Amino acid sequence: MMSASAASPSAVLPGVARKVGSLRKERRWALITAYVSLVVAAIVMLAPPFYMLITSLKTSAEISNPVGTPWIVRNPTLENYWALISDPMFRGFFFNSIKITAAVVCVTMVISVLAAFSLARMKFFGSGLLATGVFLTYLVPDTLLFIPLYQIVGGLGLLNSIWGLVLVYPTLTVPFCTWIMIGYFASIPKELDEAALIDGANWMQMLTKIFIPVALPGIIAATIFAFTVSWAAFVYPTAFITRPDEMPLTIGVVSQLIRGDTFAWGQLMAGALLAALPPVIVYAFLMDYYIAGLTAGATKG
Amino acid sequence: MAQVSIRKVVKEYEGGVQAVKGINLEIDDHEFVVLVGPSGCGKSTTLRMIAGLEEISGGEIAIGGGVVNDIPPRDRDIAMVFQNYALYPHMSVYDNMAFGLMLRKFPKEEIRRRVENAAQILDIKVLLDRKPKALSGGQRQRVAMGRAIVRDPKVFLFDEPLSNLDAKLRVQMRTEIKKVHQTVKTTTVYVTHDQVEAMTLADRVVVMNHGVIEQVGPPQELYHHPQTKFVAGFIGSPAMNFIPTRLVETSGALNLELSSDIVLPIPEDRIGRYKAHAGRELLFGIRPEHMTEVRPNDHRPGLASFHATPEVVEPMGAETLLHFWKDGHEICAKFDPGVAVEPGVRTPMAIDMNRMHLIDPKTDRVL
Amino acid sequence: MALDATTITETGRPAAPATGGMTLQRFARRRSTIAFLMALPLIAVIAGLVAWPAGYAIYLSTLNRRMTSFIGLGNFEILLDSETFRMVIWQSCIFAITAVVLKALLGFWLAHMLHHIPTKGQRVWRGMLLLPWVVPPALSTLGWWWMFDPSYSSLNWLLTAMGGPSIPWLGEPGWARASVIIVNVWAGTPFFMIMYLAALKSVPDQLYEAAAIDGATGWQGLRFVTLPMMRNIISITVLFSLIVTFANYDIVRVLTNGGPRDLTHVFASYAFQVGVLSGNIPRGAAVSLFMFPLLATVAFFMLRGVNQRNREMA
Ligand SMILES: Nc1ncnc2c1ncn2[C@@H]1O[C@H](COP(=O)(O)OP(=O)(O)OP(=O)(O)O)[C@@H](O)[C@H]1O
Ligand SMILES: [Mg+2]
Repeated sequence: MMSASAASPSAVLPGVARKVGSLRKERRWALITAYVSLVVAAIVMLAPPFYMLITSLKTSAEISNPVGTPWIVRNPTLENYWALISDPMFRGFFFNSIKITAAVVCVTMVISVLAAFSLARMKFFGSGLLATGVFLTYLVPDTLLFIPLYQIVGGLGLLNSIWGLVLVYPTLTVPFCTWIMIGYFASIPKELDEAALIDGANWMQMLTKIFIPVALPGIIAATIFAFTVSWAAFVYPTAFITRPDEMPLTIGVVSQLIRGDTFAWGQLMAGALLAALPPVIVYAFLMDYYIAGLTAGATKG
Repeated sequence: MAQVSIRKVVKEYEGGVQAVKGINLEIDDHEFVVLVGPSGCGKSTTLRMIAGLEEISGGEIAIGGGVVNDIPPRDRDIAMVFQNYALYPHMSVYDNMAFGLMLRKFPKEEIRRRVENAAQILDIKVLLDRKPKALSGGQRQRVAMGRAIVRDPKVFLFDEPLSNLDAKLRVQMRTEIKKVHQTVKTTTVYVTHDQVEAMTLADRVVVMNHGVIEQVGPPQELYHHPQTKFVAGFIGSPAMNFIPTRLVETSGALNLELSSDIVLPIPEDRIGRYKAHAGRELLFGIRPEHMTEVRPNDHRPGLASFHATPEVVEPMGAETLLHFWKDGHEICAKFDPGVAVEPGVRTPMAIDMNRMHLIDPKTDRVL
Repeated sequence: MALDATTITETGRPAAPATGGMTLQRFARRRSTIAFLMALPLIAVIAGLVAWPAGYAIYLSTLNRRMTSFIGLGNFEILLDSETFRMVIWQSCIFAITAVVLKALLGFWLAHMLHHIPTKGQRVWRGMLLLPWVVPPALSTLGWWWMFDPSYSSLNWLLTAMGGPSIPWLGEPGWARASVIIVNVWAGTPFFMIMYLAALKSVPDQLYEAAAIDGATGWQGLRFVTLPMMRNIISITVLFSLIVTFANYDIVRVLTNGGPRDLTHVFASYAFQVGVLSGNIPRGAAVSLFMFPLLATVAFFMLRGVNQRNREMA
C-alpha cells in the first residue's frame, strides 16, 4: 500500500495535467459557444430595427429602385423625419399619446399605490380575496374585453375620444402595478410601520413619508411599466378610435401613414421609429428598474 | 415620567393561543424593569400591549395613572426601540430622530435642540447627516435610542435591542443603556432573553414563563431567593443543579440523603423551615458556584463535603467547571482554577449548605 | 373620551395633535374603513372595467346581430359550424403553442449563454437583446412587414445572395403562418430570457459546486440543479406567455390582417373582424369568449402555483 502510493505520483501527475488541460479547454469552448450564440442572437434581434432605421434614411427613389443590397443607405437623408415632424397630423398623434399616457400613468399610480398599501399592510374584510382578484384580472387579456368595452365606451359617448382610452387603459396597467407594489410594500419590515405609528404618524403620513420613499425603486418600476404599456397599447385605440385627430401614435402610424398602394416606406419607418423612441429612451436610462419591474411580477408572486 | 400598571392582562391571539395569561405588574416612576424568560414566553407580547401595537384581550394597562387600553400608540406617549432598530432607511440620522417630533408639530428650534442634546448624550453628533445604511450595528443602535430619547416620553420600551450585536458590542451598549437611563431617568421596560443583561440592567427583574410571571424582584433577590424551580434554574449561569433527595430527620437534626453514601446535614437555622417536610422526596438545588474545592482553612458553619469523580473538566480561565453524573443527573461544580483536577480521578468537594434550596417537586415551589 | 385624552397627554409639553381620544377599537375599525376606501378605486377598476365587461360579453354573445332578441347559444353554434372559424381555432392553437415553445427554448438558451459570460459584459448584451421587447409590437411588426414585402423583401435579398430561394412570406398560407410565428418569437424571446436569467442568478453557486463535487457533469447540473430550482419561474412564465400569445392581436393585424384567405386569423383578430369591422357585436363577443376556457385553465394552474409558494413561505 505504502509503496504503491509512494510510487504513484509520477504516474498520476500526467493524468492530472491532462485533466486540467481538458477542463480549461472545456471552459474555453463553453465561452466560445456563448459568444457565438449571443452574437447571432444580437444580429437577429437588432436586424429589424436596424433595417427600419436604414429605410427611414432613404429617399423614395432609392427605395423603389434598389441597386445592390437594401441593407445599406447610399444617399442618407432626414427628409422623411422632417416631413413627419412638420406634419400637424403626426404631431397630433404624438400629443395625443403624451396626454393619454400621462393621464393613465398618474391614475394608475394613485390607484395602485393606495390599493397596494391597503392590501399589503392594513387589511380589511375581503382583502385577501381582492389580492387574488388583482392577480386574476392581470391575466385577463384586452382582446377578451374590447368588444363589451366598445359597447360600454360607446354608451358613454366616448368612442373617438382620447378620454375613452384614458378610461379603459387602467385595465392594462392597474392590476400588474398593484401586484408588484404589493410585493414591494410587503417586503418592508413590519417594525418600520410600528415605529412610525409610535412616532405619531397616521396612515396617510405612513404611506407618503415612509412607504413611498422606501419603496421608491418599486414605484419607478411600476411607473415605467404603466408608461410602456399605455404608450404601446394597440387593441383599444384600434377598436375605439377612427378619427385621425384623436388617434395616439401606435394606431396613427399603422393606419394613417399607410395609404393607397404605393407606400411611403421611408416615412412609415421613420414614423414607427419616432413612435418607438420614448419607450426606448426610458429603457436606455432606466434599464435596471425596467428589468426589476418585469421580473418582479414573477418573483414576487 | 410615569408609572405603568399592568392589571390582570390577558392576550389571546386569533386561533386561541394565550400568549399572556393574566399578569399583574406595577412599575414605578424612573424604574428600569427587565422582562426576561425563554423564547415564546410572552415578553414581546406584553411589551407590545404596553406600546399599543397589540390589542389587550383582557385586564387593563395604565400609564401615568390613566388607563390606555383604548388609546392608539401615538397618543400613549411612549417610545420604543426595536430589535432590528427599524430606522427609516431613506432618512438621515437627524431626520430619523426628528421624525416623531415633526409629526407632533414641534417648533423647528425645539426639534434641533432636542436632537442635538440626544446626539450629545449618545455621542453620535458626527453621524447626524448619514443614512442608516452607512452606520455600523452599534451606531444604528444608538440612533434608535436617540429616536426614543428626543421624544422625552413617559416610558421607554426596548424589545431585545442588543441581540443583533456581537458579544463585545453588546456588553458595551449594555453599559451605554444603563448610563442613558441614569441620565434621563425615564421609566423603562426592557425585554431580553439574556439573563446577564437582565441582571446587570434592571432595578427589578420580571421572570416570565408560559405567559405568566414567575417572580418579580431585584436581581440579587432573584439570585438568592428564587421562589420557583423555574426561576432558580433560569437565573444564574451555569444553571443550578437539581438533585433528587430525601429529607430525613434523625434525633432533632435534618439530613439530606442524596444516596446511601452521600448524606448532607441541613444548617441549624433552616431546620425550622424544613421540619414539616421531613420524610418527603424533594429536590435539592445548589448552584455550581457553591460546590467548590475543599479549602483547608475554611471552617464556616454549614460546609459539607463529599467525594465525586468528574468525567469532564472544563478550564474556563477564571474558574474550572467540573461535570459529573449522579444517578443519571448531570451535576456541575465550579472550582478555583488553581486547583489541579483530572477527569476520572476521585476528588473531594465542599458544598456550602447555607446556599442550598429545597424544592417541592409536586408544586415546583422553593420551600 | 376627551377627559381620557387630557389625562394621558400630560400638560406642559407641546401637545400632541388632539385626536379626540380615539379608542383602540375605533382605531382598528377606522383602520379597516380607511383601508377599504384606499382600495376602492382598485375595486372600481376591477369591477367596472373587467368583471362587468366580462359578464356583459357573455350576455352580448347570446343576442342576435341587431341585439334585439335572445338567441341562446346560437352564435356559438353558427361559429362552430363555420369552416373559417374552425380554422381560426386551429390556427390560434398552433400559433400559440409553437410560438411559446420556441420562445421558451430560445429564451432559456440565451439566458444560459448570458449567464456564462463574465458578469461585466452581461449588461451590454442584455441591453441589446431586450430591445425587441421594448419597442411597441405594433411598430416593430411594421418593420417586419417591410422586410417581408413581396417586391422589396430585404430578407429574400439575403436569401438569394446566399443562393437560397425567394420566399413568398406573406402571400402563401403556410409561410404567412410561419411569418406570424417568427415575429412573435422575435418579440417575445427577450422576455423569457430576462425571466430565466433572473431565475438563474437566484440559484446559489454553491449548489453547482456541491453538484460538481458529487460528480455531476455540466449537463447533469442543468438537469438536477438548475431546472428544479427554476421550475416555478419556468411554469409561471410559460403559462403567462401562453395567455398573452393566445390573445395576441397586434402582430396578426399589422402583418397579415388575417389573410391570405382568413387563414392566419387568431381569436382576437377574428373577433375584431367580426365584431367591430363587420358590425356583428354579439358574434364578435362569442368569438373572444372562446379564449375563456384556456384562460381559466391557465389561471387555475398559476393560482395554484402562487398559493403553493405562499404556503411554503409562510
Ligand atoms: N401574531 C400572533 N399570532 C398568534 N400567535 C402569536 C402571535 N405573535 C406571537 N404569538 C405567540 O405568542 C407567544 C408569545 O410570543 P412572544 O413574541 O411574546 O414571545 P417572546 O417571549 O417575545 O419570545 P422571543 O424571545 O422568541 O421573542 C408565542 O407562543 C408565539 O407563538
Ligand atoms: Mg420577542
